[in-house]
Amino acid sequence: MTGNRWLELGVGLFVVGGLAALAVLAFKVGNLTSVEIADGYRVIARFDNIGQLKVKAPVTLAGVRVGRVTHIEMDDNFYAVVTMTLSGHHKNIPKDTGASIRTAGLLGEQYIALEPGGEEEVLKDGDEITLTQSALVLEKLISQFLYSKAEGATPGKK
Amino acid sequence: MSGVRRLGRWMLGRIMRLGRAAVFIAEVLAGAGIVLTRFRLFVQQLHAVGVLTLVIILVSGLFVGMVLGLQGYYTLVDFGAESSLGLLVALSLTRELGPVITGLLFAGRAGSALTAEIGLMKATEQLAGMEMMAVNPVSRVVAPRFIAGWFAMPLLAALFTAVGVWGGHLVGVGLIGVDEGLFWSRMQSGVDFYDDIVNGVIKSIVFGFVVTWIAVFEGYDCVPTSEGVARATTRTVVNSSLAVLGLDFILTSLMFGEI
Amino acid sequence: MNPADNALVEIRDLSFRRGERAVFDGLSLDIPRGKVTAILGSSGTGKTTLLNLIGGRLKPAAGQVRVDGLSVPGLRTKALYALRKRMGLLFQSGALLTDLSVFENVAFPIREHTRLPEAIVHHLVLLKLELVGLRGARGLMPAQLSGGMARRVALARAIALDPMMVMYDEPFTGLDPISKGVIVKLIRELNDALGMTSVVVSHDVAEACDIADYVYLVGDGRVIAQGTPEAMARSESSQVRQFMNGLPDGPVPFHYPAPGYADDLLGGPAP
Repeated sequence: MTGNRWLELGVGLFVVGGLAALAVLAFKVGNLTSVEIADGYRVIARFDNIGQLKVKAPVTLAGVRVGRVTHIEMDDNFYAVVTMTLSGHHKNIPKDTGASIRTAGLLGEQYIALEPGGEEEVLKDGDEITLTQSALVLEKLISQFLYSKAEGATPGKK
Repeated sequence: MSGVRRLGRWMLGRIMRLGRAAVFIAEVLAGAGIVLTRFRLFVQQLHAVGVLTLVIILVSGLFVGMVLGLQGYYTLVDFGAESSLGLLVALSLTRELGPVITGLLFAGRAGSALTAEIGLMKATEQLAGMEMMAVNPVSRVVAPRFIAGWFAMPLLAALFTAVGVWGGHLVGVGLIGVDEGLFWSRMQSGVDFYDDIVNGVIKSIVFGFVVTWIAVFEGYDCVPTSEGVARATTRTVVNSSLAVLGLDFILTSLMFGEI
Repeated sequence: MNPADNALVEIRDLSFRRGERAVFDGLSLDIPRGKVTAILGSSGTGKTTLLNLIGGRLKPAAGQVRVDGLSVPGLRTKALYALRKRMGLLFQSGALLTDLSVFENVAFPIREHTRLPEAIVHHLVLLKLELVGLRGARGLMPAQLSGGMARRVALARAIALDPMMVMYDEPFTGLDPISKGVIVKLIRELNDALGMTSVVVSHDVAEACDIADYVYLVGDGRVIAQGTPEAMARSESSQVRQFMNGLPDGPVPFHYPAPGYADDLLGGPAP
């Protein structure tokens, strides 16, 4: 019956190996941190314009990733309501923190950058970030630039 | 007229076959409880289907990863983006190549073996003998094999991907000289657990189900002669491969398309 | 003897088609309890199909098939399986499970259907193997067995659960004279010793008539003749005499239907 023992050992090793490979992929290759799975808390923010922001986009503070965007919808006043899930690792973000939508690199994906405030009270599950800065829309920037250029030019043209 | 008639009859035949296959898989799943009551049988099949396929999976994974490292470097270096090599290798493997190539290799090695085994048992009347001994061959013979195949696929795909990433690292960092730190950090920041890894696992679970289903059905449904078994084995490999590639497209557009 | 008294299997007006061909059309017969009944007929007359119909693997187009009072086509899966546990079917090829040893093949039905402890299973298997004379071969694999030995192991397996009836599909075909003699002896002795009912389907007239209590001759989709082996041997019917004596020409013609010989030769090769 020892042939059977080797067989069972082989199968056991196979299953363990497969699961280990999955774990390696999850933690070393991917960006799963164990705390994110449990312990996350939800915070919302309203924006005029979210640009290209998508669900699953990262949320950073001082450049460090602290969470991700989990839901985007619109409220009755036509504001975009963005729901973020923040990692349980960072439970000390002040209530008056600001959220702005930035672009990674020049043409990269968009993400939310948090600027910490100074209040004692911290953000908890269900809170809203009130200081928000919408995404920069390229067309508006260009038309603004052209308009200001035109303004600056006209007086001198007399 | 007879050409159209023949086409119609052929089509009806295919549809009837699909119906038989659907009823069959329902019977197999109904008998799946045997995995718990006859654990030994399941372990034996897991060995036949999983452990014995390991070698080809690991070797292929290594080579695919190494090729990705090589080709990836030469493509990225033109854009000055060679630091993203790790990301390229990892994403290619977890999203697509891992589940798909494992599926194809699995169909060829384990799938064809399953078809041949079951077909041979049918041709030598062993299945009929079991029926007459009041043992349901679907639950006794087919179900353990099906569950084992379905269970083994995601494990094999994960191993393929992991070895592939290591192969890409071997070539990229070891051979070519891409920076080790950048290789891993760009990869880790770019590969998302849910979007890439979980989706890849879901793909391999779906592929495992379909490939093993085709394999056991072709065996069970084959013409019980040696020629019939040979034809069934070929059909398994061809149909499984087409199914994997077709499903890959559907799943990719569902998972990675714009929602 | 009248087989209809105390019949274990009753078949009435059985009809079965395979594609366009009518395999059986109005077949009726009775298998008497406790006796060996032989069903003879040329190849292709559907004798194996008949066994499959009795065993419930096929459903008749019309007619009745009753085993021990139960109507087989009407049984649901669970009841059908319960009935099959009481029947044994010996396939022409033996149908042994190739990845199990002789011992494990015979133990298979016992382990599947009972919860007897291994020690008792061990005893039972050895008992059955002893009955067929293969106790010493228990460790061999099916691939190592000769045709005759494989059939004996299959026989031991078929009687593993002490069935009430065993059906033999062409048990003598393809065996050397010694093995044939062994099987012939086993079928008769086991039937009497275990009080079973045996149905032997065959085209080996001599061997079958040697051990049978009653004989049916099947052809053209129905029973052509029936009777005790002695009565069949004395029969006046030309069909019966051609089969029982192995005459090459008679009601079953030597020549396959063809156009006139002279015309065929003079007409030259077909266009």
